[in-house]
Amino acid sequence: MTNLKPEHAVAEREAYKYGFVTDIESDTAPKGLNEDIIRFISAKKEEPEWLLEWRLRAYRLWLEMEEPTWAKVKFPPIDYQDSYYYAAPKVKDRPQSLDEVDPKLLETYDKLGIPLSEQKVLAGVAVDAVFDSVSVATTYKKKLEEHGIIFCAISEAVREHPELVKKYLGSVVPYSDNTYATLNSAVFTDGTFVYVPEGVRCPMELSTYFRINAEKTGQFERTLIVADKGSYVSYLEGCTAPQRDENQLHAAVVEIVALDDAEVKYSTVQNWYPGDEEGRGGIYNFVTKRGACRGRNSKISWTQVETGSAITWKYPSCILQGDNSQGEFYSVAITNNMQQADTGTKMIHIGKNTRSRIVSKGIAAGRSDQTYRGLVRILPKAEGARNHTQCDSLLIGDQCGAHTVPYIESRNPSARLEHEATTSKISEDQLFYARARGLSDEEAVALIVNGFCREVLQHLPMEFAVEAQKLVAISLEGSVG
Amino acid sequence: MSTSEALAKADTGAPPYLDALADLGGRLPHGPDWLDDLRGRGRAAYAAEGLPTRKTEAWKYTAVAKAGAFTHAELAPPAAIDGARGADFGLESWRLVLVNGRVRPEMSALEGLPEGVTVAGLADTLAHAPERLRPHLGGVLGLEAMPLAALNTAYLGDGAFVHVPRGVVLDRPVQIVSLGAAGEAPVMFHPRHLLVLEDGAAATVVETHVGGGRYFANTVTEVALGHGARLAHAKMQDEGPEAVHVAACAVRLAENAAYDGLVLHTGARLARHELRAEIAGPGAACTMNGAFLADGNRHVDNTLFIDHAAPNGSSRQVFRGVLDDAARGVYQGKVLVERPAQKTDAHQLSRALLLSRGAEMDAKPELEIYADDVKCGHGATTGELDTAHLFYLRGRGVDLPTARRMLVEAFIADIIDAFPDATVREAFAGRVGAWLDGHAEAAR
Amino acid sequence: MALLEIKNLHANVDGTEILKGINLVVEPGEVHAVMGPNGSGKSTLSYVLAGREGYEVTAGEVLYKGTNLLEMAPEERAREGVFLAFQYPVEIPGVGTMTFLRTAVNAVRKHRGLPEYDAMQFLKVVREKAKALNIPDEMLKRAVNTGFSGGEKKRAEALQAALLDPAMMILDETDSGLDIDALRLVAESFDAMRDAQRSMLVITHYQRILHYLVPDKVHVLARGQIMRSGGKELAEELEAKGYAEFVGEAA
Repeated sequence: MTNLKPEHAVAEREAYKYGFVTDIESDTAPKGLNEDIIRFISAKKEEPEWLLEWRLRAYRLWLEMEEPTWAKVKFPPIDYQDSYYYAAPKVKDRPQSLDEVDPKLLETYDKLGIPLSEQKVLAGVAVDAVFDSVSVATTYKKKLEEHGIIFCAISEAVREHPELVKKYLGSVVPYSDNTYATLNSAVFTDGTFVYVPEGVRCPMELSTYFRINAEKTGQFERTLIVADKGSYVSYLEGCTAPQRDENQLHAAVVEIVALDDAEVKYSTVQNWYPGDEEGRGGIYNFVTKRGACRGRNSKISWTQVETGSAITWKYPSCILQGDNSQGEFYSVAITNNMQQADTGTKMIHIGKNTRSRIVSKGIAAGRSDQTYRGLVRILPKAEGARNHTQCDSLLIGDQCGAHTVPYIESRNPSARLEHEATTSKISEDQLFYARARGLSDEEAVALIVNGFCREVLQHLPMEFAVEAQKLVAISLEGSVG
Repeated sequence: MSTSEALAKADTGAPPYLDALADLGGRLPHGPDWLDDLRGRGRAAYAAEGLPTRKTEAWKYTAVAKAGAFTHAELAPPAAIDGARGADFGLESWRLVLVNGRVRPEMSALEGLPEGVTVAGLADTLAHAPERLRPHLGGVLGLEAMPLAALNTAYLGDGAFVHVPRGVVLDRPVQIVSLGAAGEAPVMFHPRHLLVLEDGAAATVVETHVGGGRYFANTVTEVALGHGARLAHAKMQDEGPEAVHVAACAVRLAENAAYDGLVLHTGARLARHELRAEIAGPGAACTMNGAFLADGNRHVDNTLFIDHAAPNGSSRQVFRGVLDDAARGVYQGKVLVERPAQKTDAHQLSRALLLSRGAEMDAKPELEIYADDVKCGHGATTGELDTAHLFYLRGRGVDLPTARRMLVEAFIADIIDAFPDATVREAFAGRVGAWLDGHAEAAR
Repeated sequence: MALLEIKNLHANVDGTEILKGINLVVEPGEVHAVMGPNGSGKSTLSYVLAGREGYEVTAGEVLYKGTNLLEMAPEERAREGVFLAFQYPVEIPGVGTMTFLRTAVNAVRKHRGLPEYDAMQFLKVVREKAKALNIPDEMLKRAVNTGFSGGEKKRAEALQAALLDPAMMILDETDSGLDIDALRLVAESFDAMRDAQRSMLVITHYQRILHYLVPDKVHVLARGQIMRSGGKELAEELEAKGYAEFVGEAA
């Protein structure tokens, strides 16, 4: 989802309403991947030597790594040489203000429902807009600076705040983590950096909006959020891409660090182009998201609504190191047509009295396949740890699949873990009841599915929640009858 | 990998335990060509996979490759049998006894079986009436991703053959006692059982596994249930404290057949019970319950795979485990609901009590579902004894060790009480009590 | 010597002070009612006396028959004759009621130097006491409190009291969840246990149980302290006027 304005929703959506292409000249690196491309990207970003070295180490390791095969997704091998690793809208310099931003870009974001110009910006939401490989605009920067909050493109942070970036980059997701994260470490082009200083409660929602535009382009953004002691921030992420027959790779990395008493709430509404009804095209969304609750009483909460992408491979996780720290994962995943999603979370309990809660709602329709895959691990020192997991799946139609693969590992007797999962179809009684009150089949399904997802959707910030509900309905179009 | 490739790989000598085939081959019972063929397939499948390691997903939590090295029992000097020690648990039953995987008629008791019912040694049947085995032997169990069952197949030689003809209902249990006996050298053996219940037949079969010394019992049981057949199948895994016990039980259920499984683990250093049930006919019902009690460094793995291939089937699994000291429990349960299996009702529950620091429980309850009109679910909990329960009992004057024991016994009793046969329930409950006594004694 | 002597008892639950200096003396043979509004600390008092984990005594002492009660494990208190009839008796699936009762009764008897019952003797003893409480055999066959109705649970508590023969009974909100007939049955069975040596602490919000179990003394517990003490007429006064007078005052 993309649309931050509630009224801007369902209307005349055909297959995918964000499938348009912006006709803008772009500055691209030559196709393919090698050390020169990495040097090129690093040079473009005017990066310091240590970062280039880090990228090259990742690249060299990546060459030896194999793609993970444990996920329940099928796709032909990716030809990493048949892709562009850097594409940027052509501008002489990074615009200093929005007036300098190419009007075509502003128009694109308007069409996506994310107005960037200062007159129209969304109240209470600061936006960083990433177009292909670069951040094109960040709103409300000044206002945030007054609170000492850093909210900028990560390439800018590398230049302006190298000490913070160097300290935390790769500290949660090391460059050696997994093929896709390693590739990202080698070639990441842009993304968002957030730093909330000690004791500051971020006065507005921060948001990054990702847009893949250029053809045959992979998007490898990297987000790093650091919440210092006693701070709070709520961060939203949205994404879309044009409708194309080819598959495009999106291999992002998100790292979150929460220090003592800090809280980070990370919400995603993922609506990348899912491919057509026959499964042609669509984004491969292979993303590594992980948060470290380093401090005592810290909290990281992931909320995701996953409706897009041809293939989703994504496990936003929490490492609960600090005593009394908390991790949460609230997820709605909807797959339709030929989509495949293998998503879930990991909760690693290290500290005492750490708590985690997982609520996953999966809806599979069409010929799609969907898997919840999760790990809850209680280490021996996690005295008094608690986990509660609820995974519910709905199947709509008899050509789809819904799977649940939890791993539950406990090594502490005082820890208490509870896991529950159910799979069923929509209740005929509920459908009949809704239809007896005048709703169409599709409306009834949308209503019931929204009810099924309620527990998750209510964790989204208000603006997102309303839109997400509509997105749930849209994603299921054509799945009934 | 094709058979020839697999054999080629085997010939390079990579996976252990195949080399004995040459020495042992001549001593395995001879049979018709299809038997050699079956053994050959077992050999190839094992050679292709080798001994599973932690990297094999299905063996992620159980490092059987590290269990040590074993010699085939036939190739090792015979050991004294300490078999008399109540191996039948006082159960009134027909009894077939195996020692190190070979049937011992002189220790067995099979008088008075009803007309037409067969309880016999597998080797004996292979020698005299192999055609009776052909319809099902090797036909219920798939060898893919089952390397140890494949190894068992490669060495297929002896075990129990139980056949209950159409409509016959056995009025007391058939007990298959498997004794392991190792002397100086650690030994390995591969009992192979085949249980066939024709349409409408009903029986209770109890497998009892006991022994002494360092041995590796690698058992495979195949079960074919005809239309409306009902099998209550209990297994007491009370192997010797140094034993390795790996067992695969494959069950195929025809229309409206019912399988009622129960496994109780109180023995072995490393144990794995794997059930693979196929709901092949509509309306079939598969129950598989289990309990385990483990202390010291013992490791108990229960792995279940229920394949709902036909509609209106139901499956229920409830497992409960008690882990003390540095013991480790594993529960892996997977329910597959195939597209045609509409109206399936499947549920699994794993509950574990960790009684001490150092104990570990790993659970992986899994659902793979391709039919929409189903009711499937699973639950898993891990924790310690309920403090409110303990307080209530103590508030009535019961001391802490007794209160704990009462709660543990009750936790396990629920599982045993669900089994249909009363004599089996009594024998199993008795074993649980004895284990708890021994455990309390050791703790003192 | 007093049977139970509570002196300046302070106790915390999860770091919050609930009991803020309780003083109470119960002589042998006396029945005391402790009445108070919700949240006044009534249940905390009963749990502290029975020795439940998580109830931290921060100051004061409790003497039972002249010895320090707070140092004793819950089962020692039970064996010495302290009996808590729970407001919400916990269900313990799998543990048979008869097994439980026999284990408990024999543990207590052994402690008191009495011979233990064998299964047959015990069945006879239980049946006799159960009959008076209208407890059928079928209830005794089930697991402890499992699937019992509210009334059945309270009757089972009364049966346990009768079997364990305690000296100091603490009845925690025994009337909650009971209809009038069940209340009368249970309360009268407790009343029948009154004698010159046995004492009771009847903890209750309402006065109605006190019709059947007439107290010698009544105390008002509010905000963690005994605010007032009096005779049985105090209970009637509370019934008429409510607890407003005690809740409203600043501590």
